[in-house]
Amino acid sequence: MSEAPVTDTDRTPERDATDDIVLSVRDLAVHFPIKAGIFFDRQIGAVKAVDGVDLDVPRGRTFGLVGESGCGKSTLGRAVLRLIEPTAGTVTFDGVDISSLGAEELRRARRRMQMVFQDPLASLNPRQSVETIITEPLRAHGIGYDKKTKVREVLDLVGLPASAAARYPHEFSGGQRQRIGIARAVALEPELVIADEPVSALDVSIQAQVINLLEELQERLGLTYVVIAHDLAVVRHISEEIAVMYLGGIVEQSDSETLYERPMHPYTKALMSAVPVPDPVIEESRERILLSGDLPSPANPPTGCRFHTRCPFRQETRCDDERPALVEVEPGHRVACHYASDILSGQIKPRDADVMLTVHRRA
Amino acid sequence: MVGGGGGDDSSDSSPYPSGEMLLSVRDLRVVFGRNSKHQRQVVAVDEVSFDVDRGQHLGLVGESGSGKSVTSLAVMGLLPRRGVKVSGEVLFAGENLLTASERRMRAVRGRDIAMIFQDPMTSLNPVLTIGTQLEEVIESHRKLDSGAARKKAGELLEMVAMPDAGHRLKDYPHQLSGGMRQRVLIAIALANEPRLIIADEPTTALDVTIQAQVLEILKQVVADTGTALIMITHDLGVVAGLCDSVRVMYQGRVVEAAPRRPLFAEPRHPYTNGLLASVPRLDTPRGEPLTPIPGSPTDVLSWSKGCAFAPRCPNRVDECEQTAPRLEESGARSLRCYNPVEHARRGVSA
Repeated sequence: MSEAPVTDTDRTPERDATDDIVLSVRDLAVHFPIKAGIFFDRQIGAVKAVDGVDLDVPRGRTFGLVGESGCGKSTLGRAVLRLIEPTAGTVTFDGVDISSLGAEELRRARRRMQMVFQDPLASLNPRQSVETIITEPLRAHGIGYDKKTKVREVLDLVGLPASAAARYPHEFSGGQRQRIGIARAVALEPELVIADEPVSALDVSIQAQVINLLEELQERLGLTYVVIAHDLAVVRHISEEIAVMYLGGIVEQSDSETLYERPMHPYTKALMSAVPVPDPVIEESRERILLSGDLPSPANPPTGCRFHTRCPFRQETRCDDERPALVEVEPGHRVACHYASDILSGQIKPRDADVMLTVHRRA
Repeated sequence: MVGGGGGDDSSDSSPYPSGEMLLSVRDLRVVFGRNSKHQRQVVAVDEVSFDVDRGQHLGLVGESGSGKSVTSLAVMGLLPRRGVKVSGEVLFAGENLLTASERRMRAVRGRDIAMIFQDPMTSLNPVLTIGTQLEEVIESHRKLDSGAARKKAGELLEMVAMPDAGHRLKDYPHQLSGGMRQRVLIAIALANEPRLIIADEPTTALDVTIQAQVLEILKQVVADTGTALIMITHDLGVVAGLCDSVRVMYQGRVVEAAPRRPLFAEPRHPYTNGLLASVPRLDTPRGEPLTPIPGSPTDVLSWSKGCAFAPRCPNRVDECEQTAPRLEESGARSLRCYNPVEHARRGVSA
C-alpha cells in the first residue's frame, strides 16, 4: 500500500532476454463474502483467500506454488483459470487479458489452459469410459479427431496401454487414474497446465512415476506448468521457479535452487526445517525452527505482516502494523519481510524458544 | 517357533531376557474372510514378528495395503472377532493378548497400551467436550473423583503444549485446529501413563509445520515418560528422526528389519531401496532424476507363489517367482530377499 512493490518493471536484464512470459498475474484477489441475515443478505466480512498476488510464469517452465492448507494456493490456481471469479486483479495469458473475456471467449480460451486435479477418482466421471473422458474435451471444443488413433496416441503419451480406452476409472489404481486425469488435460494440446496437488493422493512409490511423467510431457509437448503442492521436496524437484504462499499472499519467490539454499523469509525457513528428511544422521543434528500456533483465520488476518503472530524473528517495530511488500532483495529473489536482509546477515536471530535442536535419542 | 522370523535388533543392549520383552509379537497372521467358493481369503498380515522393549521406539513402514495398520489393530485386539482369523502370539509383558478375554483387553487398552489414530476428527466424539473425553479415559481405569480427574485432564493438555490449556477443556473438537486435535489424542493416549503407545500415521493429516510441532511433542513426552512407541507411517522421513529400529512391510510381510541408521545408510531390500530412491529430498542437490518403483502396489504375486514384490522388482531373479524368500537374520538386521541391493546407493556410486 505505502510503497509500490518492485515487481513487473524490475526484471533483471538477463531474464528479459530469455524469458517469454506466458502467464502474468497482477494484484489478483479472491475474497469470499461472509453473509448474515435472514431476509436480507448483509455482507459482514470476507475471507481473503488470495489477497494481492503477482506472478509471472515463463513459457515452457514450471512454476511451483507451495504453502500449507488454507494459504490460498488452490484458490489462486483456480482463479487464474477463472474457475473461481477473482474479486480484483488481472490475469494475462499469452497477451490476452483473461479477466475481461466474455463467457464464450473464455470457454474457447480454456482450450489452451487445462487443469490436473488432486484426487483422480473424484475428478473423473465414474460412468464414463476412459475413451469418453479423454475425448470429451475435444468434443466440447468442437475439435475433429480420428477416433481410432487419437485416444491411443494420448494414452500412449501418458504411459497407459491402448486397452485402457474401454475401461472405467474404478478399474485402475491411483497412479493410473492420475495418468487418465493427465491424459484428459493434455488431449487438447494445451499450453498451460495447472496441476493442483498432482501427487499428494498417491502412494509414495507411485509419486515418482507421476512426477517423471509430468516432466517427460513437458519436454515432449513444450508445456508450461503451474504446480501447486504442499510438499516442498516435490515442488523443489519439479519447479524452476517457486513462490511460497502464506495466508493469501506470496511471502517469498525465487528460482528453486536459491530458495532452498538461501531461504530468506522466516516462514520459508520454518517450512523447510519442518520437512523430515529420510536420513537419521541429518535428522539428529539439524536445527529446527518450530512455529508456534496455527494458521490464523483468513477472515480476520493479522494486521501488518500476516506471519508476525507466528514469526520467530518478529521485531518490535513494523512487523505488526505494516504489511511488507514483496521486494527484490537479490536479483530474482523476492521476499516480503521488513527484516529480510538483517536476518540473512545474521543480525537478527530467532528467539531461542522457537529454535530447537531436535531431541534425539541415543542410537 | 519363537525367534524364527523375528529380528531382535536390541538383544545385546537390552537388560531383559527376550521372555520379558515389553511387547513381543511372534508369527502374527491375520486372515480376512472365509475360504469358500464365493469368497477369497485375504491374508492381510503374515509371519510378522517383532519385539519392542521398554522405552524403545519401533517404526513400521509401508504403503497402503501393506498390513501395518492391521498389525496394530491385532496387537490392540481391535479386529472384529467374526470373519477374521488372527493367529500367532502377541506377548505383552509375557501375557498373550490374542487369547485374553475381552474384559481383560478392555483393562489393557488405554491403560497399558494406548493408541493414537490418524484422523483426530473421526476419533474424537464430536458432541463431547475435550475435558469430558479426557476425564472418561482417566476415570475408566482408576478411581478418581471428578475434580481430580478434571485437574489431571488439564495437566495432560499442558503436557502436550496445548496453547491456553486451562480453557480448552470446555471446547468441542470442532473448535480446535487439526494440530490441536491431534494433541488432544496424544493427551488421551498418555492419560494413564501407558507402557506402550501405538501411533498409526499420527501426523499424516497435518501440515508440515504442524507435523513438526506434533512430532516434537510426541518425542518429548515419550522421552520424558519412558514410554515405548510403535510408529506406523508411510513416511520414511518421520521414522528417520524418531525410531530406534524400523520394519518395512510389503503386502503383509516384513521384508526388511534393521536398526535405523544402517537401514537408511544401506537399505538392502529392493523395495526399501526403491522407496528411498523415489522420493524427492530436500537434502540432495536438485536435478537428480527420481527412480520410481515401476508398477503399483496392486501388481503383486501371492506370497504363496513367490515374492510379492517380484513383479515390480528391478533385482528379480528366477527364484523370486518360484518360492517366497524367508526372512533371514544376519546380525542386527533381517532381510527377505534372494538378490538384495549391493551398496552403493545414491551418491555413493560414481
